[in-house]
Amino acid sequence: MAKSGGNSVVKINASGVFYRELNARLRDIASNDAQRVELHNVCGQRYIGTDLDKPIEIEIFGTPGNDLGAFMDGSRVIVHGNAQDGCGNTMNEGEIIVHGHAGDIIGLSARGGKIFIRDDVGYRAGIHMKEYGDKKPVLVIGGTAQDFLGEYMAGGILILLGLNLSAGEHHQAKYIGTGMHGGVIYLRGSVEDYQLGQEVGIADLEEKDYQIVRKLVGEFAAHFDYEPATILEGKFIKLYPRWLRPYGRLYAY
Amino acid sequence: MKDIRQINNPYNDDKVIDACSIFGMMDTTGGRFSGEAIIRAIANMHVRGNGLGGGFAIYGLYPEYADLYALHIMYLSRQGQQETEAFLRDRFYLVLDEEVPTRPTPAIVNPPLVWRYFVRVDQHKPANQSEDDYVVNRVMEINTRLSDSFVFSSGKDMGVFKGVGYPEEIAEYFGLEEYEGYLWTAHGRFPTNTPGWWGGAHPFSILDWTVVHNGEISSYGINRRYLEQFGYQCTMQTDTEVIAYAVDLLIRKHNLSIEIAANILAPPFWAEIERRPPEEQKLLRTLRQTYGSLLLNGPFTIIIAHRGEMIGLTDRIRLRPLTVGVKGDMLYLSSEESAIRLVCPELDRAWSPMGGEPIVGILGQPFEPRRTIREMIVDAN
Repeated sequence: MAKSGGNSVVKINASGVFYRELNARLRDIASNDAQRVELHNVCGQRYIGTDLDKPIEIEIFGTPGNDLGAFMDGSRVIVHGNAQDGCGNTMNEGEIIVHGHAGDIIGLSARGGKIFIRDDVGYRAGIHMKEYGDKKPVLVIGGTAQDFLGEYMAGGILILLGLNLSAGEHHQAKYIGTGMHGGVIYLRGSVEDYQLGQEVGIADLEEKDYQIVRKLVGEFAAHFDYEPATILEGKFIKLYPRWLRPYGRLYAY
Repeated sequence: MKDIRQINNPYNDDKVIDACSIFGMMDTTGGRFSGEAIIRAIANMHVRGNGLGGGFAIYGLYPEYADLYALHIMYLSRQGQQETEAFLRDRFYLVLDEEVPTRPTPAIVNPPLVWRYFVRVDQHKPANQSEDDYVVNRVMEINTRLSDSFVFSSGKDMGVFKGVGYPEEIAEYFGLEEYEGYLWTAHGRFPTNTPGWWGGAHPFSILDWTVVHNGEISSYGINRRYLEQFGYQCTMQTDTEVIAYAVDLLIRKHNLSIEIAANILAPPFWAEIERRPPEEQKLLRTLRQTYGSLLLNGPFTIIIAHRGEMIGLTDRIRLRPLTVGVKGDMLYLSSEESAIRLVCPELDRAWSPMGGEPIVGILGQPFEPRRTIREMIVDAN
């Protein structure tokens, strides 16, 4: 194991390395106060960056496996490629930036930190994200999403930009916000009413919403080299939970 | 039989989270390739399984016997083998029989005997029955009436190799890198509701249909009872078996297209049907009324294959993953994108289809998205 410290970059060839060994090496490197790690030839290794609690930057070349950054607490992961299912699972703090698309259940149960996906995501992105006090997870998706976006969402901010849709084209996702009882979805573009879960209300953005959207779109644009003004020219709608405790009376009598 | 708990849960955790792995690859020009790539791809998803089942289906496997039914049969005893071989000699014209070659593999313990037979039906069948139906009936007889004998596959120019072990161990045991085909599917198993045994490994097969599956079919009971009315007997103790028989019934016997079959196995929800144009509603309602008992409930991703075709399909709300990759004439289907990238790093395109949307690779045709039901109605008019 190469000792590292200060500003040095540790490079690892992950080809054929089992996920447990790879994550053990990452924990070891992080505990040596390295600032940056590059993982090359990553192909399906799971849980990369899991439970790291140091502000280390992990740059991934290849296709990381499921549950990338699960339980991560303050590190930064940059993926040059696509991410698979469960990216950002129960993340507490930190950033995941994916220069590509991502699979299903992105950001599930995240309770803090930021996830930026440049292209499309699969089913159930943002499922059961939650917030408490100043812990507020953020998920920004540049492309479009498949069904059940923001399912059971309990907190946090989800932004869907639809940058790859043509003018006037609706998002295709159905069951958006089904079971949603917290947090907010800012959606650039349009959807039909039937595409929304019954718990979801639609509103125009207010100035305080625009402040949030401008800031996060700015960060998204900086990560992926877009022009933020062009993105912000699009029409946004706000999707919010109509009830914060939809089943509060279920067992009341 | 291995002790499932020792492998699945050596530390006695309260809960073990895992899932099956499936992979398929096809050269749509028909070029044959070895098992080397798919063995590496399915092994890359090793942690999705637990070593209690692995298997492969290969098409374009026996070009020198392409007109003969190739029966791959597993025997749990010599007596079963003698009984079944007497049955085969009586019911078929036997062209060739041989033990399927294997090599000692430390991980494979207590393997059954696996033999293959190349047979013709000839004058054995009744005049009013098709050869395929005759073979299906004989397979059901072997599986249900003859002792210790189970048919792994019974199609032409194809075969199934499977057993208890990780898929890469099964591949080593049968030496699958030595075989060639234009279409391969593979499965790594994590048995959930049923035992891990050799017959219960995937792919499941009847004639040249094979199915590999990740998920569970909670409608197994009703599907099974419906299929029994058409003479299909479920004997492999695993829910996936019904899918193989369902596609044989729908596509081969009832002559339905894959688009129609997909709308039977994974139909749109009623609320979705009500938003469709009237003619399409009528078709979708008719399908649900006629074939409601073949609706597959529960989470699934499946890869169905038969001669010349590979089909990927998920349940309606995609509760199990599927990634599609295309590179030139090659079509890949996988539980995880990384497994495709391992064997083909530079894809033309990689994406996940919507739940219930079939992805179909056809021999002799470059890959293209399938027509929707709506487009088919417009075409028919």
